[in-house]
Amino acid sequence: MTTTTPTKRRVFPGMGMVKGLWVTIYTMFRTIFRPGKYLATINYPKVKETPVPRARGVIALDQEACTVCMLCARNCPDWCIYIEGHKEEQAPSTPGGRVKVRATLDRFDIDYALCMYCGICVEVCPFDALFWSPEYEYSETHMGEMLHDMDRLQGWLETVPPDPELEK
Amino acid sequence: MDFLTSLFSNFWVSLTGKLLLVALMIPLIGMVIGYAEMKLSAKMQARVGPYFAGGRWGWAQLIADGVKFFQKEDLIPDEADRPVFKIAPVLVLVSTVAILVIIPFGPGLIFRDLEVGIFFALAISSLSTVGVLMAGWSSGNKYSLMGGLRAAGQLIAYELPLVLAVIGSVMLAGTMSMSGIVEAQISAGYPYVVLQFIGFGIFMIAALAELSRIPFDMPIAESELVMGYLTEYSGFRFLFFFLAEFANMFSLSAIAVTLFLGGYWLPGIPEDVLAYAGPVILLAKTFLLVFTMIWFRWTFPRFREDQLQSLAWKWLIPLALANIILTGAFKVYL
Repeated sequence: MTTTTPTKRRVFPGMGMVKGLWVTIYTMFRTIFRPGKYLATINYPKVKETPVPRARGVIALDQEACTVCMLCARNCPDWCIYIEGHKEEQAPSTPGGRVKVRATLDRFDIDYALCMYCGICVEVCPFDALFWSPEYEYSETHMGEMLHDMDRLQGWLETVPPDPELEK
Repeated sequence: MDFLTSLFSNFWVSLTGKLLLVALMIPLIGMVIGYAEMKLSAKMQARVGPYFAGGRWGWAQLIADGVKFFQKEDLIPDEADRPVFKIAPVLVLVSTVAILVIIPFGPGLIFRDLEVGIFFALAISSLSTVGVLMAGWSSGNKYSLMGGLRAAGQLIAYELPLVLAVIGSVMLAGTMSMSGIVEAQISAGYPYVVLQFIGFGIFMIAALAELSRIPFDMPIAESELVMGYLTEYSGFRFLFFFLAEFANMFSLSAIAVTLFLGGYWLPGIPEDVLAYAGPVILLAKTFLLVFTMIWFRWTFPRFREDQLQSLAWKWLIPLALANIILTGAFKVYL
């Protein structure tokens, strides 16, 4: 069995306290004299941060891609997605061909008062109809207005950034 | 001018004037220190701190806070012991005001030069312990009660080293009068911290504990006791406690400055300038110590309850006693 001798660190008792005091006063002076460089916060309503890639701000819906499969609604842990749809018959593309049935959306609501931003709906969507958008300024004065209907969700689509590059 | 002098030589007029001045100083000091604490703590954490209130630098933040406290509903819990609950914050604030009375701001510039100045200050400052205990007991809330009892245990434990640390300076000066101690330092030619550095250290540690500020804030430990004895207080009664904390920081620092750092005196400043520069020098020294307290608060974590007690009884009190013996030996043999 090999035993490693513990390295003896020669420190004064109380050196940890001095170190801590140094950290705070160093940070203080550095923040006072070079706020532009060392300030960890920004003055939010006046200045805005650029969101990180893959930021989870709001969920956008691409109505064209949605097939009303209900997977998102059923996988949502909070049950905050409400979907209604109906089937439309489309004329056959060739004469005498089969009549196609296409599901169309009547209602697609996400209640952001309930949503916990887990992103399972985005993950589970097989047709890439749901996306994360980094927008976050959609607070309301009434809770009912946190329910975004499908047109509003469609509107978020233009704020969706292009896919970030894969990490190596 | 003659009229004014004769007016102020009247006992009652001068008493009222002094009372008004002290009463004005408390909120002013509270606001200045409160603002400094907000702003400095922000800088120590690389934040901005108050910014929008008052247009620039958030200078009006504390005024806005004060107005907010007065707008709040005066809440007294059903379970509370109403008269005791109402008296407690007043008692804490009164003890703070009373300390300011004996601090010499300049040569002859003192509200009341008591013969037993420092003794009076230490006696009256322990009155706030009673106030805190009353607040904790009367709130009818288990967190308040725990906080109040913790505060009582802590304040009793640290009262001792505080008093013992002071004795060294009193022995050197040969008087308990605050202005007498400053004059003794002037005639000695050096501030007593040169000889009493142990006493000064113990005094500052014990003062931090007396103020129940971090790292000694067990009585109001947020994560354990909500807000301790302050839990049930809101509105202007909370404001009283709040003001008392900051004014106490000032007055204890001012006592430390007077006893150990030469008070209103700086070496090399002639007597006639001192009469005018005295208050400025005292305030500068005091705010330096207040800054140190703020600095400590935003650096150190909280002690554990048993660590707190063992620090007081096993370390500070024996050290303070040893300091007294050494000071006595110094006084006799030199």
